[in-house]
Amino acid sequence: MNSLIELKNVTKKFGGITALKSASLKMDKGEVVGLIGDNGAGKSTLIKTLVGVYSPDSGEIFIRGEKIRGWTTAKAREAGIETVFQDRALCPQQSIVWNIFMGKELKYPFGLIKEKKQIAEANKLIREIGFTSELIDAESPVGNLSGGERQGVAIARAIYNKAELIILDEPTTALSLMETQKVFDFVNNVKSSGRSVLFIGHNIYHVYDISDRFILLDRGEVVHQLDKDDVRSPEELMKVMKAAVDKYH
Amino acid sequence: MKKNNKILEFMANNSRPLSSIGYFVLLMVIFFIGAPEVMIKVNLHQSVFIMLPIIVFMVVPLVFVITAGEIDLSFASTFGVAAYVFALLVKLGIDPLLCLIIGVLSGGIIGICVGSLIVYGKISSLVASLGALFLMRGFLFVSSNSKSITFVEVRDHWMYELLVGKFYGFPMQIFWATLFTIFSYYLYRKHVFGIHVHHVGDNADSAAQMGINVNWVRIGVFAYAGLGAAFAGIFSSLINFTWWPTQGFGYLLLALAAVFIGGTPTWGGVGTVVGAVFGVGVVAYMETGVVAIGMSGVWRQFFNGLIIILAVLGHRFHGTRIR
Repeated sequence: MNSLIELKNVTKKFGGITALKSASLKMDKGEVVGLIGDNGAGKSTLIKTLVGVYSPDSGEIFIRGEKIRGWTTAKAREAGIETVFQDRALCPQQSIVWNIFMGKELKYPFGLIKEKKQIAEANKLIREIGFTSELIDAESPVGNLSGGERQGVAIARAIYNKAELIILDEPTTALSLMETQKVFDFVNNVKSSGRSVLFIGHNIYHVYDISDRFILLDRGEVVHQLDKDDVRSPEELMKVMKAAVDKYH
Repeated sequence: MKKNNKILEFMANNSRPLSSIGYFVLLMVIFFIGAPEVMIKVNLHQSVFIMLPIIVFMVVPLVFVITAGEIDLSFASTFGVAAYVFALLVKLGIDPLLCLIIGVLSGGIIGICVGSLIVYGKISSLVASLGALFLMRGFLFVSSNSKSITFVEVRDHWMYELLVGKFYGFPMQIFWATLFTIFSYYLYRKHVFGIHVHHVGDNADSAAQMGINVNWVRIGVFAYAGLGAAFAGIFSSLINFTWWPTQGFGYLLLALAAVFIGGTPTWGGVGTVVGAVFGVGVVAYMETGVVAIGMSGVWRQFFNGLIIILAVLGHRFHGTRIR
């Protein structure tokens, strides 16, 4: 069976700095993969290349076994990949509904927006993800929301589009315990519906709890991959990872 | 109670256009108190309404440009170039309707060129459009040898009455400018292009990450500004049966002032088409009103300056940029 997405020997340079060095990875349907690595390991570059924000200098990208040319963010979204970026990719002055449908608006012919439908869908979505305040509705500006709520809007966008693969870049950073739990529940829901998640995190405990498989990135290279069955605890995962980095470089 | 809430909500959601309407009404009240005998005369308003629609054609697309986080100065010369294209073609004996279509398209093409220069040349829109402003104006002087072109013959064409004729004493261009405003309102608030303009002006990185083609949106707003300026230039030429080399240059700062008085802030991401139209009302009436209330015309710029500052200070009450 073909992988959902596959990167083969992808290299990305910024000026003289090689941010990704011949990186390869695969993701299958229904799995949760944790991508770990230190600051500057190239996690965000890898994600942004995976979803078309950056175009790779060399290497290949395959979607369901098909080689992709001219990979862009719009194409990635069409192919069923949604990303909750670290900065959440929101427009704070715009309403929640405009943010949820940003780039994938519901349209009539000639590009007029289905405004009522969008508002109704957005109101339903924000209740689903647990917005309870009476003061917030789909037409409130995102700039008035808390960090956790903004994260909720970014996640609602991914939910609405029923993506095959959802990429979460540092989704628990700066979130409260309750909010973090909500993110975990969300990941488990996605997984149980047979879809995949790529989870990027600093916090090894979070990544360990949630993932079926781990990919370790260091200095722009994929240095090790292992299944959850290979380790028994986050501490052991950390030890294995450290050994892999030392051995690799 | 519920009805009251609806009204308050409407006012809160539309505070920028509403306060722009407020400034316009306030100005009119001042003029009426200052010179009631002049202000009740219909012909004063008729004369204001000859040129007011022309400014509307320029200003409404500028709301798109500024909402996208850019600025355009080149429109004041695009105005002249499009009118020049129109005048030359009319003089060649081509049907004026076809001349109009080609003239308007030339404005759009200029806008695409200016936008592409900014996007692909990676230069600031202020500098690029300033360069384009002088370049095009220079071209007009050289190409026309600083001579104007008169084309009284268009008066006999059916299009003349339809576009700039009179309807019960009021100029027809009001109708076309209103139509243009309604179209632009829908494009700005209800169409995917306008919504992408808001996203790009608010946070271009986020827009790009969500698959919006930021470059195309940016080029699109300059193209729209070019189209609007072309309409303005051609209408202005039709009204005067004449094209002249400095045509449109005087509108540069006035049109920009109207956008800001109208409640569109400089930082991008938000703006108002309706507010901008009332901003145009303020600058257009200021031009004639100051003289009407018996002050010398030399005060005009002073009051223009004063109202810009007061209006923008007033708009600050709508809050600063949300981040």
